[in-house]
Amino acid sequence: MDILNDIAKKLEQGNCEMVSQLTKDAVSQKIPPKTILDEGLITGMNVVGQKYKAHEIFLPDVLFAAKAMYAGMDILKPLFLENKVPTRGKIVIGTVMGDLHDIGKNLVTIMLKGAGFEIIDLGNNVSPEQFVEVAKKENASVIGLSTLLTTTMPVMKKVVDIVKDSELAGKIKIIIGGAPVSDEFANQIGAYAYCYDSTSAVETVKKIMVKNGKM
Amino acid sequence: MGEIVEINKNDIIPKRDEVFETQGIPQGKTVPKKILSILDEAIGIFLSSSHPAAIIAEVSVPEFDTTYKGEGMNEKETPLDAVFRKADNLALFAATIGEEVSHKINQLFDVNEFALASMLDSVASASADKTGDVLEKHFYDILKSKSKISSSTGILRYSPGYCGWHISGQKKLFELLHPEEIGIQLLSSYLMKPLKSVTGVIVSGDKKIHIFKDSYPFCAHCKSHSCRDRIRNLMHSKKSNI
Repeated sequence: MDILNDIAKKLEQGNCEMVSQLTKDAVSQKIPPKTILDEGLITGMNVVGQKYKAHEIFLPDVLFAAKAMYAGMDILKPLFLENKVPTRGKIVIGTVMGDLHDIGKNLVTIMLKGAGFEIIDLGNNVSPEQFVEVAKKENASVIGLSTLLTTTMPVMKKVVDIVKDSELAGKIKIIIGGAPVSDEFANQIGAYAYCYDSTSAVETVKKIMVKNGKM
Repeated sequence: MGEIVEINKNDIIPKRDEVFETQGIPQGKTVPKKILSILDEAIGIFLSSSHPAAIIAEVSVPEFDTTYKGEGMNEKETPLDAVFRKADNLALFAATIGEEVSHKINQLFDVNEFALASMLDSVASASADKTGDVLEKHFYDILKSKSKISSSTGILRYSPGYCGWHISGQKKLFELLHPEEIGIQLLSSYLMKPLKSVTGVIVSGDKKIHIFKDSYPFCAHCKSHSCRDRIRNLMHSKKSNI
């Protein structure tokens, strides 16, 4: 459908007003909201993610597109049952206890939402127990841990250990990110994966959801 | 014991390339007008919401030795361990651009102004780093007024959390310098509040003392190797890297 292509194109350009208007138009054309979401907004955001990965566009371009995506979602949200946008899986995310840096975690959150996942953002300075309790309560598939400090890296291990000893063992995957961590550290503490940046986080989560049969 | 130093906001406005580097935009790339426009907007917000402040205090080599050793968690061998023992003069420093900028960043994220929020974060980080440049210049001026600068003098700063100097070194540094006087708090994780703050030691001595190889074991985990540029700039500068 042309209008869905137009939504995707305008989203790639980061044009909030047009994405918002076209989304309204698509709704008035009786296109199902889920179709508008998947074939318009998420399709557009996927292209943006690929272009960013290929260094064809810059981070601010991605963030302009994300804002446009959110503008489209605002139109669709009331049309879904109980205002709940259908998601491709649930992720609990936060910056670990002792650290107040938000920026990396925020960028990952924006990109994951843009890819159609539901994010429960616990903010910063989050205790290991809180990550696990919320993941359990929300039946999340992934816990995303962020830190910028070497001193708070052990908190990541604590989250992994608590999950290992809980009923969530084997059911939930833990991904980590932030300047001081690495693939090596992820292996060392038993995390599922280290994500270098927001696009690698999206790719990793997609793989997890495919394995879980949620995509 | 510290001297509170006034910092002019205009002296810490980062250059375009410095901001774009943290946005992952390589030098020399053509940047869309839309991005240049949010950079201008971010600098405008920075100018209206930053409250830079700094404190500096001269210390002796033995005094700094205690600060450097900190909680005993440094790497066994570090560049700074070799550098500061050969220094002629040392000064501890702390600087911040204040808390309000961080609030602005959060507010922008809350209203989905992601690109502007992220750009402001980059401007704020780069400007906080630039407060270190201002303090290096300030220390240079102090030493010059005391005739402690020669043609071979090189001045560079080093910070806890980098190059093997463990971040727990902040604790002793705070005990000696008292950055609380300019509103910087040290949290139990050694993180500073306001977030956009920097601390460290400014080392003045022969330029050559600052030369070291990036072959320490921890250098393998370093993603920037910015020490190379710092050393190169110092060696090529005519006046003590100032």
